Amino acid sequence: MTQAPAIELKGISKAFGPVQANKDISIRVMPGTIHGIIGENGAGKSTLMSILYGFYKADKGEIFIAGKKVQIPDSQAAIAAGIGMVFQHFKLVENFTVLENVVLGAEDSGLLRPSLARARRELKALAEEYGLNVEPDALIEDIGVGMQQRVEILKALYRKADILILDEPTGVLTPAEADQFFRILERLKAEGKTIILITHKLREIMETTDTVSVMRRGEMTATVKTSETSPAELAELMVGRKVLLRVDKAPAKVGATVLEVKDLNVTDNKGVHRLKGINFHVKAGEILGIAGVAGNGQSELLEVLGGYEKATGSITVNGQTIDLTGTHSDGRSRRARGIAHVPEDRQREGLIMDFTAWENVAFGYHHDPKYQRGIFMDNAAIKDDTVGKMERFDVRPPDPKLAAKSFSGGNQQKIVLAREIERNPDLLLIGQPTRGVDIGAIEFIHQQIVALRDQGKAILLVSVELEEILSLSDRIAVMFDGRMMGERLPAQTDEKELGLMMAGITKGEAA
Amino acid sequence: MDVMPKWADVVLIPLISLILAATLSAIVILAIGESPTNALKIMVDGALGSTYGWGYTLYYATNFIFTGLAVSIAFHARMFNIGGEGQAMMGGLGVALVCMFIPWPHWSLALLGGIVAAAVFGAAWAAIPAFLQAKRGSHIVITTIMFNFIAAALLNYLLIGALKPQGSMEPATGKFPEATHLPNLHDVLGFFGIEFSKAAPANITFFVAILACVAVWALIWRTKLGYELRAFGHSESAAKYAGISPTKIIMVSMLISGGLAGMMAINNVQGEAERLVLNAVEGAGFIGIAVALMGRSHPFGVFLAAILFGFLYQGGAELALWTKIPREMIVVIQALVILFTGALDNMVRMPLERAFLAAKRRNKGAA
Repeated sequence: MTQAPAIELKGISKAFGPVQANKDISIRVMPGTIHGIIGENGAGKSTLMSILYGFYKADKGEIFIAGKKVQIPDSQAAIAAGIGMVFQHFKLVENFTVLENVVLGAEDSGLLRPSLARARRELKALAEEYGLNVEPDALIEDIGVGMQQRVEILKALYRKADILILDEPTGVLTPAEADQFFRILERLKAEGKTIILITHKLREIMETTDTVSVMRRGEMTATVKTSETSPAELAELMVGRKVLLRVDKAPAKVGATVLEVKDLNVTDNKGVHRLKGINFHVKAGEILGIAGVAGNGQSELLEVLGGYEKATGSITVNGQTIDLTGTHSDGRSRRARGIAHVPEDRQREGLIMDFTAWENVAFGYHHDPKYQRGIFMDNAAIKDDTVGKMERFDVRPPDPKLAAKSFSGGNQQKIVLAREIERNPDLLLIGQPTRGVDIGAIEFIHQQIVALRDQGKAILLVSVELEEILSLSDRIAVMFDGRMMGERLPAQTDEKELGLMMAGITKGEAA
Repeated sequence: MDVMPKWADVVLIPLISLILAATLSAIVILAIGESPTNALKIMVDGALGSTYGWGYTLYYATNFIFTGLAVSIAFHARMFNIGGEGQAMMGGLGVALVCMFIPWPHWSLALLGGIVAAAVFGAAWAAIPAFLQAKRGSHIVITTIMFNFIAAALLNYLLIGALKPQGSMEPATGKFPEATHLPNLHDVLGFFGIEFSKAAPANITFFVAILACVAVWALIWRTKLGYELRAFGHSESAAKYAGISPTKIIMVSMLISGGLAGMMAINNVQGEAERLVLNAVEGAGFIGIAVALMGRSHPFGVFLAAILFGFLYQGGAELALWTKIPREMIVVIQALVILFTGALDNMVRMPLERAFLAAKRRNKGAA
């Protein structure tokens, strides 16, 4: 090959204290290609990209850009070297316009006006060249996330980036927005830009990249041509063993209605109407999956059901009405009613990160008579209980005295699941069961959820991962803007239809 | 990931911080033109060299144990109670009222009465800021500080008016009745045949303080309430998920905190002064913050830190008595101790962690 690689990393190593985040990583990215980097959480993808963008300094190794050795001590140097980065969480000033955000940090001089005028011209040129249309004078807070992402890309292009690093770019997008986004990437590639796409979604890798590198535990385990690999092979490379990508489940044996929700309304303390007349039910022995882009009322729904958000309307569990005013009920009384809750954000709600595993196993159930000895808590009994739970749910390392924060995301989630599922609840609320969880653990968690369903329990599943909803649910409901957009059976729908519903469009309107 | 063994965290770091603080203090003393070794000798002799010195050291330490525990328990619920000073003043008022107006038959009953009154008055004084925090969101730091001033003004008013004996020229109550006087360490230890100075103010309250340490430890780490309190302190959002009421935890933690701060009064008012004087607390409420900080909010740590500050107080007084070093020097030393053990914790921790890590790596390499 005569052409020099756009980026070449040679022997990059980086340690954080005792943790070897990157170990002797070498990678070549050819210009004008889309190169995927895939790996589980904590595999070292972000660290590697942070080194490339000058946030961290590698302990060892060299970086070449277009064949020339470079030093990247900070992000200014990265930008100068033609590297642009789009972060998972956008770095935009909400109450600035698109134009102001693009210019921010790249002003020509102390005076803003000439910079803005030049930026306006260049933005127009860029928009024509790459099909990246945005309204330059719109405020960031008024445009959708898909548009915000375009602004991030424009920011990088405005800074003359030839190499774009995109970190988990589709996490916040609807399927339709994601499709649009990938069209933009194709266009950028056609114009000669080099793109590094970091993701944990196998499908995106398969559909968009030319080459893919797999990382596992800080090491680069393989770099292959995308056309010569398969999702199953990539998953195996990521985890280090064979993985079942689909959930095997028997048809649901549906029983009586457990949860009945009627005309549920929530107005938050800023006066925003979060839930607008929600109706649905969940029966024993079935999984109702609620799909939707994050922030469309799913969190509020779980909080109301879990007992820590006030609402109006009616909720019955096993025919008994539940108090929604917050004066006679809380998380504790919900648990007494047989409602278990695996919250969406385990680090903020489900666990106390500084507590030990055994303290977390009692969390929410610390009033259980089994855990008491006179006026004191029976810590020994809780520890015993924890040892059993850790074994049954394969929590690693199985050390009850370890702080929750010392476990990996997947093992933290297993602790929460063990605590909630082993309470033998009539109704399990479960939000984002596999967010930030490695593929190996996803398989296990899905099996546990299905097993609970097969015991005849009602399960309400909320997830932003459409694949997860489709493979686990017996019925699917879609939420948009605090409303239920409708229900579908998984066999009779597909990602495209659900994607439209997630964007607030029902079939009638689309046709 | 824990890079250091626990003993290094609990013992080594405070020890190194203390040595650093002592070194800087020595430099300051040198600059004044005195000998640091001589100063240290005077402090040790004065505070620990005789049962008289110990009597003062332990007397101060008793005060600091109570206020230190008060700050600690609130801190476990992430409440920063700066109002120990005012709560201890009000505790003093409670003690004075029960000692003066209830005819106690025996000191043991008077002690129990004093404990209850001190705790109730201290807790009541903490209750208002706690309520404002829980229900109105007024910041507890601001309100508890303000309540210190209100307490001081209230005591001023009472001690120059209603509580002052007729014809007295001094802003203080009269002497409490004989039956309320608590046995000092001379009496208590004498019972076991141990000689102890008769003149030193340390009294039976010291043992009450030790009991309080044990009780607070059990409360924090062995009861449901303590569990909820710590859970709330670590994460309010998680506490809500678990069904723990923020209002309840804020109120209860502050009531216990205020009660503990108030209980200091059985030591300084009932035990030592045997009457209520103006400014009886003498800043012990604020020292409690430093004690809790240094003691890592653990009752045993609070106990040790309180003894250390008791030593600094008594040793510092001796220093002012026997050398040209001014009384204020002791404030400088205390400030340095607080600075190093509290604020500059990471300065010692970081290099130490690196050293342990390097040692671990070497061991691994050898193995």
